[in-house]
Amino acid sequence: MEALGMSEILALAVPSDLFPARMQMALSLGWHIVVACFGVGFPAMVVFAEWRSHPRGGKDSDKDMDALAHTWAKAMGVLFAVGAVSGTILSFEMGMLWPGLMARFGQIYGFPFTLEGFAFFIESIFVGVYLYGWNRLPPRIHLLSGLPMIAAGVAGAFFVVAANGWMNTPTGFEIRNGQVVNTDPWAAMFNPSTASQSVHMILAAVMVTGFGVASVYAVGMLRGRSDRYHRIGLLVPLTVAAVAAPIQIGVGDWIANVVAKYQPGKLAAMEGLYQSGTGVPLSMGGIYVDDRLVGAIEIPYGLSLLIHHDPNGFVAGLDRVPPGLRPPVNVTHLSYNVMVSIGFALLGLAAWLAWAWWRRRDIPRTPWFLRAVALSGLAAVVALEAGWVATEVGRQPWIVYEIQLTRDAVSTAPGLRFGFYLVLAVYIVLTVMTAYVLRRLTGAHEASIAPQEPELEEQRVGGGT
Amino acid sequence: MTAAEAVLAIMWVGLTTYALFGGADFGAGFWDLLAGGTERGRAPRRLIEHSIGPVWEANHVWLIFVLVVLWTSFPPAFAAIASTLYIPLTLAALGMIARGAAFAFRHSTDQLAFQRLFGASFAFSSVTTPFFLGTIAGAVASGRVPPGIAAGDVITSWLNPTSMLGGVIAVGACAYLAAVYLCSDAQQHHDLSLLAYFRARAIVIALLLGGIALVGIAVLRADAPQLFNGLISRGLPLILASVAAGIGSILLLARRRPGLARVAGALAVTAVIWGWAVAQYPYLLQPELTVQAAAAPETTLRAMLISLVVGAALVVPSLVFLFTLFQRSHSETSQTAKH
Repeated sequence: MEALGMSEILALAVPSDLFPARMQMALSLGWHIVVACFGVGFPAMVVFAEWRSHPRGGKDSDKDMDALAHTWAKAMGVLFAVGAVSGTILSFEMGMLWPGLMARFGQIYGFPFTLEGFAFFIESIFVGVYLYGWNRLPPRIHLLSGLPMIAAGVAGAFFVVAANGWMNTPTGFEIRNGQVVNTDPWAAMFNPSTASQSVHMILAAVMVTGFGVASVYAVGMLRGRSDRYHRIGLLVPLTVAAVAAPIQIGVGDWIANVVAKYQPGKLAAMEGLYQSGTGVPLSMGGIYVDDRLVGAIEIPYGLSLLIHHDPNGFVAGLDRVPPGLRPPVNVTHLSYNVMVSIGFALLGLAAWLAWAWWRRRDIPRTPWFLRAVALSGLAAVVALEAGWVATEVGRQPWIVYEIQLTRDAVSTAPGLRFGFYLVLAVYIVLTVMTAYVLRRLTGAHEASIAPQEPELEEQRVGGGT
Repeated sequence: MTAAEAVLAIMWVGLTTYALFGGADFGAGFWDLLAGGTERGRAPRRLIEHSIGPVWEANHVWLIFVLVVLWTSFPPAFAAIASTLYIPLTLAALGMIARGAAFAFRHSTDQLAFQRLFGASFAFSSVTTPFFLGTIAGAVASGRVPPGIAAGDVITSWLNPTSMLGGVIAVGACAYLAAVYLCSDAQQHHDLSLLAYFRARAIVIALLLGGIALVGIAVLRADAPQLFNGLISRGLPLILASVAAGIGSILLLARRRPGLARVAGALAVTAVIWGWAVAQYPYLLQPELTVQAAAAPETTLRAMLISLVVGAALVVPSLVFLFTLFQRSHSETSQTAKH
């Protein structure tokens, strides 16, 4: 009886928990997306470093490459573990927070997650084989065991983003008399957003990993440790990220065109555009008040050119969207601008590296280059989060675009917000601890041996648990 | 067999596998928690770490597998369970985060204070997580999750006699599996003192579980009559098989056959899980939502069956590779590094 009373009190105190539910989802997904990027981008870099470290053509093994491969593998192991468990709560939250979405559309929307489950399975198995098998497998076999890990990481990203793409451009079903009929999960998975969104996300993961890892060594070099170990620790990931950066700009153009075609309201919010029309300028920055963008820098005909490659192309504005169904413009527009600006800044950094390499086969000599690289990791993460905010907030108020409202999908369970507070507290601790452990890893490469090998257990766990 | 039943059966195989492998990893944390001070607990903790290190992440994925199959193939059941039981689900999820992160972090720091902190949070959450998962099983088994969104009571659905029983049995079963498996691992390491250590614990926890199960009969009869009736009718052969396998595992341990005891222990737990399924069939959510009523359309179920077959063809050989790699090197390393 006492417990019943408690639920009633919770129900009375909380009329709607839509906002806390959205914040909980944003927090746990916004956290997971960063570590998940390393799950997608890191395996290839670790395997590359191991491959280059192997003895070849009569030469001895490359000790620096070998040390880098081991250090990176350890960091990858930690990030993969926190990624695995921070991904688990997300799958709970799909039902705890958004049962209305899952009850109605789980039969379509859920399918790519099943395939993602298998990809995650393969990645987990081969991360275990790769990390713990370093000294137990012949070098060639060990290197090959990294390949399924790389492929599964990329495939997993594809399937998850396919599910997200479906929320933006839902296909593969019909609604008759309020009932979901004629479901086709394959058509749902290959919805119009899947291709551009998944390529954009996988490149983002490569950039976050590349700039992120390079920034660690840039900091080391700024502190005077410019030995070969630090130089290749900077150069390998930075080269990968620098190759991805210009491709990402092109993919950004592709994805903007898909959004303009299928989600014109979202595009209008991203650009802060109220008035539909032709010859629309591109607006950067500014604050959106009373259906107007104030204080923005405008490039005449810019948006029409971007979307239609024609200065007089027609672009739909928010005036085409009923007032109650418009996304929050300021958050969407500013985060979109932040993403694009950082994307171009990172492109500039990549060009700087390419130019210096072309001239002198070396990285630029000025410390300003190292300072820029040191910042680039954080910048890439900010761009990632900003892009994700733009796509998720820009979809509001819909959870399934123009099919189901977010508020109709949220759980009606009483007390949901207390779950958010608890999750928030745990994530603060988790963030601090992850940062602490990664910091210790970066400082400890001299003592590095095979990632999770028994010698290490003897040496470290022996101290007590 | 309909497509829905086939998918459900595969999901239940996944749940069983999670209990047998993921469950044993939780149980290993249970013994880590009880292993005592730094000096005294060193040897068992090292064996635990060695046994679960390479495999726990892969074992954990079985849970994800169950969730994605459930929400795609039986969406209304998933929505009802997750929304009504969000409190124990949140607590279980946070337990998994604490446990996985702490286990990974423990390798990566050499400061004793942090090793202790991570070790303690790994061990503590290894006990709370299966407890909350067990309360969820108890909630579903006792028919306290009605169809619909958050239609059940968010508190009493999992704070009730059957859920408490489910939680305690889950923790006990995990600890039992872990102890039995660790006996076998200790034998492969030719470590007789650790073998004796875990054998004593396996026998004690098995007897305790038997006692709890006897009390549980009375609890289920009073608190979950529909499940109780199913268990003593259609489910009875499986329940008796579980009792026999449990007793068998104790006898095998007493006769120093840990390898066979491992098989018997796994069978005992498997029989209970399938006994529950048989007792509850054809209801996903007692007393109203049947498997057929909750099932997704044929197109989805067919796509699921195809992907489950293809997925299994990729995952099962990979898992076999993972386990044989580390089983084999157990015996190899123990040849060279005697301790």
